[in-house]
Amino acid sequence: MVPMRSYNEMQRESGDVRAHYDRFCQWLSRQPGETMARKRAEADLVFRRVGITFAVDGDLSGTERLIPFDLIPRIIPPDEWQMLQNGLRQRVKALNMFLHDVYHQQNIIRAGVIPAEQIYTNAQYRPEMQGVDVPRDIYAHIAGIDMVRAGDDESGAFYVLEDNLRVPSGVSYMLENRKMTMRLFPELFVQNRIAPVAHYPDLLLESLRSAAPPGVDNPTVVVLTPGMYNSAYFEHAFLAQQMGVELVEGKDLFVDDNSVFMRTTHGPQRVDVIYRRLDDDFLDPLAFRNDSALGVPGLLSVYRAGRVVLANALGTGVADDKSIYPFVPDMIQFYLGEQPILNNVPTYQCRKPEDLSYVLAHLPELVVKEVHGAGGYGMLVGPASTKAEIESFRARLIARPHGYIAQPTLALSSCPTFVESGIAPRHIDLRPFVLSGKNVSMVAGGLTRVALREGSLVVNSSQGGGTKDTWVIEK
Amino acid sequence: MLSRTADHLFWMARYMERAENTARMLDVTMQARLLPQSHNQENRSLRAVLRISELEPAFLERGEPLTQESVLRFLVSDPRNPSSIYCFLQAARENARAVRGTLTTEAWETVNSTWLKFTQLLKDDLLAIDPGSLFEWVKYRSHLSRGVTTGTAYHDDAYFFTRLGTFLERADNTARILDVRFLDAEREPRDLSDSSAQLEDFYYWTSILSSVSALEIYRKVYRDVVTSDRVIDLLMLNRSMPRSLLAALDGVCDNLKKLRNDYSHDCEREAGKLRAELQYADIPQILEGGLHAYLTQFLARVYELGNRVSETFLLLPVA
Repeated sequence: MVPMRSYNEMQRESGDVRAHYDRFCQWLSRQPGETMARKRAEADLVFRRVGITFAVDGDLSGTERLIPFDLIPRIIPPDEWQMLQNGLRQRVKALNMFLHDVYHQQNIIRAGVIPAEQIYTNAQYRPEMQGVDVPRDIYAHIAGIDMVRAGDDESGAFYVLEDNLRVPSGVSYMLENRKMTMRLFPELFVQNRIAPVAHYPDLLLESLRSAAPPGVDNPTVVVLTPGMYNSAYFEHAFLAQQMGVELVEGKDLFVDDNSVFMRTTHGPQRVDVIYRRLDDDFLDPLAFRNDSALGVPGLLSVYRAGRVVLANALGTGVADDKSIYPFVPDMIQFYLGEQPILNNVPTYQCRKPEDLSYVLAHLPELVVKEVHGAGGYGMLVGPASTKAEIESFRARLIARPHGYIAQPTLALSSCPTFVESGIAPRHIDLRPFVLSGKNVSMVAGGLTRVALREGSLVVNSSQGGGTKDTWVIEK
Repeated sequence: MLSRTADHLFWMARYMERAENTARMLDVTMQARLLPQSHNQENRSLRAVLRISELEPAFLERGEPLTQESVLRFLVSDPRNPSSIYCFLQAARENARAVRGTLTTEAWETVNSTWLKFTQLLKDDLLAIDPGSLFEWVKYRSHLSRGVTTGTAYHDDAYFFTRLGTFLERADNTARILDVRFLDAEREPRDLSDSSAQLEDFYYWTSILSSVSALEIYRKVYRDVVTSDRVIDLLMLNRSMPRSLLAALDGVCDNLKKLRNDYSHDCEREAGKLRAELQYADIPQILEGGLHAYLTQFLARVYELGNRVSETFLLLPVA
């Protein structure tokens, strides 16, 4: 494929280093190659010893892999972060308002802004949530908003690629990557004013506590994990530990007297807020998948009675689906009366005949995604695909057009990265984590993922992506 | 704390202790083989090692010849034998991983890196090249994991469950070692008027002491020749001897007391009875009824106590 010209985070095309990378580049040029190689080995060793690994899903032998960590940080200047932060707050506020609306009056449908069938035909819409009130009207307590930067050398602009409102993961890597950089290169933190991120678990706990059922003064918060063979188990354990709350599995909880309890060595203890890292379908075998051994029988009825809080709420998937994504800018205007600060990527909805015919005519230039897909599976990256791949995808698209959306292939920005041949640019994205409770809060930065294969635009760890520390420079 | 968490901590500690005791036992057996021995004696000591863990049938089922190499492989590096050091360290690590958020970072890293490094040492073939140093290493890592836990963990229920697992397992393991070794000695009584038999006898008992780090302690306590009665006395009834049955029961009772809940009365009483019997026992009396009989009922009661701990703390009735 022809390499696309893309925005390089560190350098201009002229070779000049961008101002916010200046200090780092000077430092990097002074580091001997062997030192950096040694530091990379050290990082690997520590990650393995600490067990910062992710289990390969479905592999019960417990095979664990490291997510490759790259030593060169992704740096964001203060004014850019300010804009991102304002935009993220605005977007997440609107998404929460949308969720409340969908499960109550549905004003946005009545106003004709979003077609009703977009909601009712969505598998993530949960009719059992209709009319159910949740504390503070917050549905997505934790949102991971995937951002990319595209555009040319001068005006690289940020776009929201995807909203993750179900169980977004990756925040533990953001925290561990920072810890690692500080351990390997403490001098960099003396030279640069880098916004800290280590207080994320405190913000998270505060948000979760503030979302407790009304009248509960000192809520008991737990993290619910599917168990140690889940690919994100490390993160579940990490967050529970950092917040100082119990990490529970479904079998540790039970429902009695219209309340949720956990089994402790001193008898049953009432639970008020469940930060669940389990998909909706697995939460309650009585209500959803009855083959799920991961959930808690009877949980849904306690939840609907408002006697326990789930974070995120049940049914948030209706707002982060790729078929709803094109409407988010309209939501912002509808609920907040504001202009959207963050751009959406122009999106063709293949369910519309005119969009479909455009997409079919331009497949080699477009990225086509499954509406309900995640994790980089089931998508077509036109410019990186063979003719045969495109044709087989075309057949799937024609057979089920409502299952797909398409977007122009963005020239994702790139950041210098250690690769076998030395340092070379690789494409990156950014997932900031936005917390909603009493306030909307976030730590500066997020998780930067990097596609390690040359030219690749797929940053997912399941597809060979790595991660970087993300620095927001303070003013 | 969460019952499941307590369960994992309890078993993490038990498996680590079991790995250590297996290494201790094998280390001593290996050292004994450095002395001149008849083929018959060799075979006997290998069988004794297998019997300690009740593994003789499982081993013989494999149809492999009874050699030092095959027994070592079976008890150290065989992933198919759930009672190998390999499986113990793996189980300790899996239990730790399930509750890694409850452990201190240092404690988790110790258990995790023990497992990772152990698999590496096996790959490097250390078991064939220098088994003694491998056993030393396992012992050392077990000491380290206990020390790191004691030195870093907040002393709350999580810590007490971990300690409870260690002591209960140790009571079991020391009793097993004593039982098998003494049965072994009874089966082949030595004629102590013969000086070579005397020498053999000396090495036999000193090796048992070494296997529980008690040889120096024996010398300090008795300042006298090594006799089987005193070995029993030291390893069963001396509460200052850290691997003795009484010391282990002290540890069990102390931790149970700290873990007391509304349901734990019976559990504490059983442990207390077992301890009191040791506390007021005397050796001639025990020997009169037969050591084997005594230890057999002791092991059964330790096993029963383990079940009771599970019922009391780990599988609480719903509401």
